[in-house]
Amino acid sequence: MEKNPMRRQLAIMRQALFDQGYLDEQFIQLEELQDDANPNFVEEVVTSYYRDSARLILKIEQALERKPFDFNKLDGYMHQFKGSSSSIGAKKVKAESTLFREHCNSGNGEGCVRAFQQLKQEYATLKKKLEAYFQLARQAGPMETACRPK
Amino acid sequence: MTMEERMGGYNGEDGGKDRFPVGMRVLAVDDDPICLKVLENLLRKCQYQVTTINQAITALKMLRENKNRYDLVISDVNMPDMDGFKLLELVGLEMDLPVIMLSAHSDTKLVMKGITHGACDYLLKPVRIEELTNIWQHVVRKKKPDSKDQINAPNQHKAQGQTGEAGQTSTSSSDQKVYKKRKDQTEDEEEEGEDNGHESEDPSTQKKPRVVWSVELHRKFVAAVNQLGLDKAVPKKILDLMNVEGLTRENVASHLQKYRLYLKRLSSVAFQQANMVAALGSKDPSCLRMDSLDGFGDFRTLTGPGRLSSASLSSYQPSKMFGRLNCSATLSLRGISSSVIQQGHSQTLNNSDNGLEKIQPAVLPANQNQNGTLFQGISTPIELNQLSQNKSTNHFAEFNCVNDPNVFGSLSNSLSTASGNPLLLQASIQQMQRSGALGNQSSLGVTSLIQESFDMGVDGSSNFLDHGRCSENWQGTVQLSNFPSSSLSKSEAFSHEQLPTNNLQESISWMSSHFSNNPIDLSSMANSARLEDCRGNMQGQVGLSDNDIQNMDYTAKQQWGDRRHDYNGNLNHSLSQVYPLDSASGPMVDQSNAISTNTTDVSLFSQLSGEATYVVQHLEDEKSFFDTKLRSNEDFLFEQTKPQNGFSENNFESLEDVMSSMIKPVQSKDTTLMDGEFGFDAYPIGSCI
Repeated sequence: MEKNPMRRQLAIMRQALFDQGYLDEQFIQLEELQDDANPNFVEEVVTSYYRDSARLILKIEQALERKPFDFNKLDGYMHQFKGSSSSIGAKKVKAESTLFREHCNSGNGEGCVRAFQQLKQEYATLKKKLEAYFQLARQAGPMETACRPK
Repeated sequence: MTMEERMGGYNGEDGGKDRFPVGMRVLAVDDDPICLKVLENLLRKCQYQVTTINQAITALKMLRENKNRYDLVISDVNMPDMDGFKLLELVGLEMDLPVIMLSAHSDTKLVMKGITHGACDYLLKPVRIEELTNIWQHVVRKKKPDSKDQINAPNQHKAQGQTGEAGQTSTSSSDQKVYKKRKDQTEDEEEEGEDNGHESEDPSTQKKPRVVWSVELHRKFVAAVNQLGLDKAVPKKILDLMNVEGLTRENVASHLQKYRLYLKRLSSVAFQQANMVAALGSKDPSCLRMDSLDGFGDFRTLTGPGRLSSASLSSYQPSKMFGRLNCSATLSLRGISSSVIQQGHSQTLNNSDNGLEKIQPAVLPANQNQNGTLFQGISTPIELNQLSQNKSTNHFAEFNCVNDPNVFGSLSNSLSTASGNPLLLQASIQQMQRSGALGNQSSLGVTSLIQESFDMGVDGSSNFLDHGRCSENWQGTVQLSNFPSSSLSKSEAFSHEQLPTNNLQESISWMSSHFSNNPIDLSSMANSARLEDCRGNMQGQVGLSDNDIQNMDYTAKQQWGDRRHDYNGNLNHSLSQVYPLDSASGPMVDQSNAISTNTTDVSLFSQLSGEATYVVQHLEDEKSFFDTKLRSNEDFLFEQTKPQNGFSENNFESLEDVMSSMIKPVQSKDTTLMDGEFGFDAYPIGSCI
């Protein structure tokens, strides 16, 4: 369906994101919300996500520097972070935040720190990938409709 | 994203009513901007009109400004400025809008919490569009009862839509809550008919158009029914007899159904609850006004005409349930009530600046009592009512003190605070209602009552219904009182309100007959006993004019005091004890009338052990009574109904008689009830007035 090679490349990249578990169904929902009235919806949302969640990440980092850990607060931050992440379909990031919360609930400070490191990594990785994706998308030109990977 | 409001030009109302669910106006609240944005877009995709807010407080403010502006609210659970559940409760109580909770958690406890707080649904983030395409059903569900008669209600609420028959069946099958709801709904319908044909209101515009069954109207209704004989009363004939313009057969039919159910309930269920409810409901007319809708689903429906009804109903519920469930109910109610109460509390604060606020605190403590949160809540309202009702606050205070700390305590608190603050009662009632399982029913009663100021607890009447006998008696009592005295205007209103349904009428008559022996029935049910007492009180109270009420309160109080002591012992004892008190109050004489009847209750009350129960009972009685009345959404002013009983006359006039009778071992009646009565009296007094 993508005649344009760039488009095809874009499609492949996109598919890879799903296959590798970076994105889930929710991302598709976002894509489906994108239309003529809202042509850059997905990119807008993702951009907002990275902007807002960066603040949360910072807060969590600061909270992890203060010992002893305030697990309640950490849990609260992570809960919100998880909510945002799941809204854009960031699958791996979401999984890491779940893990983090589990550690919080069990009072495992060590586990929290580890999980957070992991989470930050996934978060950064996804950001890079999505940035590349959107850049290519802009280059490839507007897509008519969002198509499901499978 | 910061708050953005898109009014999409709907300003309420009609926005796409015609193409409903397209254009349904949704208010989305979430502090997370990403989620909010995504949600907004999803909702737009479903063709709803969306307004987004990222602060719960702002959302609440907007809703309060114009509740007709939105059809549905979707809110996140975790928000920094306000707990999502709290918002949920408030919205449900105040505006009676369907609320859907959103959360990234799928914790069972949280979901349960959402449900108990009245959420229509609980969605998990990330929300999918498929889930959002059907949310409009919640709006329809809520509106149905109000407006359409012929809606085939998939759920109980809808049942109300069907005037009468359907309702009946459902009620009988479902528990009171349902009933109540239905009642409300039916009332809504009635209201609609009466009012102006709001009948098929657009879901988007109004929540529930109601035909206002004012006290006057209800009185006519009851008179007509009594004239025809309950068995033979058919809507058409009633309508003709009533001869009211603008009233449709459907209105009457649904009202009749409610009434019948009410009466049935009175006879079958523990009376006590009714008492309690009644007490609560009637007492506080002002409370009702608070218009604190109770968050609980059922309650909400009542929202009613600016009355606490919903709130009151909720409070009632507990009372009712109390009787029924006894333990389970109590527990659950307790929880609910506490939440309700809190709600009420907040509500009251919102609504009633005066006294209510005071009451709230009082009420709250009451709720705390484990004893039956319901009761407490109920008692409080009752007290409040009393306070508001009559100026004899001090009486109450005394009364309260004597009483059980739980129940009475709250009462006293409320009394003192409420001094003469009808709102208080209402507030309490509301609270009670809220917590109450009675919910709908009670609230109705409450609201109407409060208005009348006699709130006696008629509201509780709905609850009473459950109580069956008790309630009936109660009703009778109440009614009686109403009629006899002109001063009873309050009571009338009370009675009117109380009998939202035909049941009331029946109950009244029933009550009259039972009046003499009501307490005895109670023995069967400890609780019921109380209720009866309450009823007795109520009667007395009802009959009593304002003055009487005061007196009654006093007497009641005395009795209470006594009772309390006796409480452990037999009720009888208390009765005797009570008597001495009577002498104390001169004005009480009037009360004595009431008291005598009450005494029985009182004695019962002590038996009940839970003083609170007692109070509750009374309240219930009253409440139920009121409830029934209120239910119809309009204040039924009971006035007309009662004269027929003639019972009321007795009450009224002879406070002294009452007193004296009380003094004598009322036992025959079941003096134990006395306690109940006291509580009750106090209550009615307020309400009567």
